[in-house]
Amino acid sequence: MAKPETKIITCIGCPSGCEMTVTKIGDTFQVEGNQCKRGEKYAIEEFTAPKRILTTTLQVKNGVLPLIPVRTDKPIPKERLFDCMKYLSSIIVPAPIKMGQVLVKNVLGLNANIIASRDLGEK
Amino acid sequence: MKEIKVDIAVVGGGPAGLAAAIAAREQGADVLIIERDFELGGILHQCIHNGFGLHIFKEELTGPEFAQRYINRVNELKIPAKLDTMVISISPEKEIIAVNKIDGLLRIKAGAIILAMGCRERTRHNILVPGSRPAGIYPAGLAQRLVNIEGFMPGKRFVILGSGDIGMIMARRLTWEGAKVEAVVEIQPYPSGLIRNQVQCLKDYNIPLILEHTVVQVHGHQRVEGVTIAKVDEKWRPIPGTERFIECDTLLLSVGLIPENELSKAAGIEIDPKTKGPIVTNFLETSIPGIFACGNVLQVHDLVDNVALEGTRAGEMAATYISRKLEVAESKISCLPGTNVGYVVPQFISSRAFSDKITFFMRAKKPQRNVYVEFIMNNQQIYRKFTKFALPSEMIKVNLPPLKDFAEKISDITINIIPKGEEGQ
Amino acid sequence: MTEEIFDCCIIGAGVVGCAIARRLAQFQLKTAVIEKGPDVCCGTSKANSGIVHAGYAAQPGTLKAKFNAAGNPLFDQVCHELSVPFARIGTFVVAITDDGIKVLEKLYQRGQENKIPKLQIITDTQKIRQMEPSLTPNVTGVLYAPTGGIVSPYDLTIGLAENAYVNGVQFFFNSEVVGIDIKERYKVIQTRSKEIKTHFILNAAGVHADEISRMVGLDYFTITPRKGEYILLDKKCIELNHVLFPIPTPISKGIVVSITMEGHIFLGPNAETIEDKEDKSTTTEGLNEIIEGARKLVPDIPVNEAIVTYAGLRAVSDNNDFIIEPTKVEGFINVAGIQSPGLTASLAIAEYIVELLENLGVKLSVKPNFNPIREIPPRFATLSNEERHQLILRNPDYGHIICRCEYVTEAEIKAAIHRPLGATTLDGVKFRTRAQMGRCHGGFCTNRILEILSRELQVPIEQISKKGPKSELIVGKTKDLWRITVEGN
Repeated sequence: MAKPETKIITCIGCPSGCEMTVTKIGDTFQVEGNQCKRGEKYAIEEFTAPKRILTTTLQVKNGVLPLIPVRTDKPIPKERLFDCMKYLSSIIVPAPIKMGQVLVKNVLGLNANIIASRDLGEK
Repeated sequence: MKEIKVDIAVVGGGPAGLAAAIAAREQGADVLIIERDFELGGILHQCIHNGFGLHIFKEELTGPEFAQRYINRVNELKIPAKLDTMVISISPEKEIIAVNKIDGLLRIKAGAIILAMGCRERTRHNILVPGSRPAGIYPAGLAQRLVNIEGFMPGKRFVILGSGDIGMIMARRLTWEGAKVEAVVEIQPYPSGLIRNQVQCLKDYNIPLILEHTVVQVHGHQRVEGVTIAKVDEKWRPIPGTERFIECDTLLLSVGLIPENELSKAAGIEIDPKTKGPIVTNFLETSIPGIFACGNVLQVHDLVDNVALEGTRAGEMAATYISRKLEVAESKISCLPGTNVGYVVPQFISSRAFSDKITFFMRAKKPQRNVYVEFIMNNQQIYRKFTKFALPSEMIKVNLPPLKDFAEKISDITINIIPKGEEGQ
Repeated sequence: MTEEIFDCCIIGAGVVGCAIARRLAQFQLKTAVIEKGPDVCCGTSKANSGIVHAGYAAQPGTLKAKFNAAGNPLFDQVCHELSVPFARIGTFVVAITDDGIKVLEKLYQRGQENKIPKLQIITDTQKIRQMEPSLTPNVTGVLYAPTGGIVSPYDLTIGLAENAYVNGVQFFFNSEVVGIDIKERYKVIQTRSKEIKTHFILNAAGVHADEISRMVGLDYFTITPRKGEYILLDKKCIELNHVLFPIPTPISKGIVVSITMEGHIFLGPNAETIEDKEDKSTTTEGLNEIIEGARKLVPDIPVNEAIVTYAGLRAVSDNNDFIIEPTKVEGFINVAGIQSPGLTASLAIAEYIVELLENLGVKLSVKPNFNPIREIPPRFATLSNEERHQLILRNPDYGHIICRCEYVTEAEIKAAIHRPLGATTLDGVKFRTRAQMGRCHGGFCTNRILEILSRELQVPIEQISKKGPKSELIVGKTKDLWRITVEGN
């Protein structure tokens, strides 16, 4: 018999900010405190596999600015965010760069690319 | 001194100015953007987080992505921009004096001007935080610029005063770059920014959010060594005996934005003391005919989408003005903030505007849930809209539909926020 | 280390130390100024209220009275030579009761004894309101001193120092004096990094003057720090035509409402005796005290227009008067206990030091090529548009505005760095150009100024400080903190 696991999750879907209690028993989920179905769906996602979009900067060589803002094109597991930041701190990309350009493919094997958030010209 | 003549001059190349310039150009006007930075985009370039464009593009973009879309359109339309150029005066006759290294002083004679200068940040001294004056105290926006654009870290251990969105976003940003954020301190009993940021910027990283507290002393001679915080009463006065020291080397301040209207004031434009922005009509026209305002210089916004929509409207109105098709509002109706309404924009509407929908922006003074935003004219409720949330931290937008029936008995409008069940009392 | 022996070393680069330096620069003397901080005007002078006092307030017969009366008339010429803005706007002591009028009459009498010209008591409240519309309606009368004025204390101190420097005075910064060794033919001033030999020492060390005096075995006075806090409001937020004083207290001239040459309105100082000579913090109680005091003079004072708050320490001697005298230690002259009216007195004190040195047998031959004139770079903010345009054509850096609140251009910031005794810190740029002094207080321009300092001084940005060692702003590049973690892993 699987041991029930409980987490408190605050919904971010709307300003209600419902604090939900999510209990996992075996393969099923019990969600309390939500006021809508979207909240329930979010709660279960957050419980099982919380993901976040990472937005940061990469160092640039030869650009009009020393850094370029970037983001992951898909959310990545929340618990890997810091690993990602550490890895990216050593990446240097050359200018010129176009918005949307893939600068790091499949970062840390997490199935998400690091893409540029803007155009950046060469110095 | 070189002189340029242009139909419409846009002061500021951030999201408001870009949207306004595009809209004006699409209406056929000849437009010039004047921008003090080396590139267009304004504050968006340093807002590298996502959450922008949900309403306009139905996507979640980062600030730079949002800006790049507008910049691309400006380039498509070949709208000229004077970059690295600072406007130093605007006259009531719509003459702009601007400065840059190449032209020296420029005189720009415009048929219409759109003000889109944005905001500045409230400082530690504005709010009289006592203590020493060491290095290591920054407004949050300056810290954001240093980290995201220049590439420099302003400290290693932070306390952030103010739980507005910029403070919370910076809490996460600094944590992601390896710094430690000891606490976010908020004077109100509730956080100022979006729930989403409370979760994804603070809760995610176990950063304490300390409500009903403020910084009562800064410590350190040369560099910040820590801050003392204390609980406050309902009048925001520190309660003796509740003091607590937090060790840190940097204090970030996220304590409010102030529309930057020095140029507007010098031109004689009337400013609303509640918004600190120009008083405008539903055409976004200021007290000087032909000078329009949009974006953060008009009122401090929360969503850049609304900034861009406001900019678009200002651009359209300025273009209409140029082609002499903008009606002079003969009788202007005042739009007054009533119960639990801090301010209303626009502050005036033309008496003939009722045949169109009018977009109103306002903010609640105190948080309330399940309320009606009601419009009262001649003691009669002419419109109401239900909203689940009226929070000071989230601007309320109400589109007043065309109300031809009421055009006869025109008088001032008062806007109230009333809990459901108490309306019409 | 050079074997040179200075004729005079002045300890302390505040307004008094720099005034003496400039005066001594007019003679063929080897003079040096030794300063603890990274720049001139880092101590008491930085928090000075910038009031050039008429001179009625000081007790007749005191050094305060003597040097105030002598110093006030010297300002026109010196400020003109140094391009330091100065204006005799006049001062009011404001009475709000009938008893207050009696105090005004006492001050007037004192003024007569001190030989202060043009003093008058005005009780015609209509006339007073015309002269000063923002003044409280409770005013019963004012003591009007037309010879009182305002000057920027740091403009003056920097002006005096620069002029002294170009005329041959050497300045040592970041040089806290830790000991003084009295040798047979000279004295050796010891700092943490060097030894400076000199015949004469002028101790103008402000709140630390008693400690310096003790280093040569003279322990006959104590300096007690008395803190004063200030609030500065945005330019022209009220109309103000004169410096406004309340009825004075036994220990201070009271909480003043005054105006700066730039038009900022300032409130303060209060007076609080403290122990810690490094404590220049503002306090909630102090700021509230100032607001309350200011409201008595100007009821509608708009405190929400506050731009900056700060505090400084008065150097108060045991007998509350200046201590300006040679001592039992030959060649060691104390210039201590300088509190209000110290700024006004500074120019006269410098004159007196010359007299003192002559009486002590020092040969003072005038330097024939002494240049009293200090040129300052053009200031974009105060020029006409046509002048601005011509300036930019000659020097394009004048077309790049860095501080948008005060209209300070890159050219002026570069000039401040490369001038004699040029700025090496953010504060140094601030006090020479006014950049960072406006409404946004550096919110817009700080990163730009950091970059200019780094580039012009050719040092990494991490080494640029606000006000000297240990006050650097940048701790490293973004990503550096991760690299340290990764490497440390």
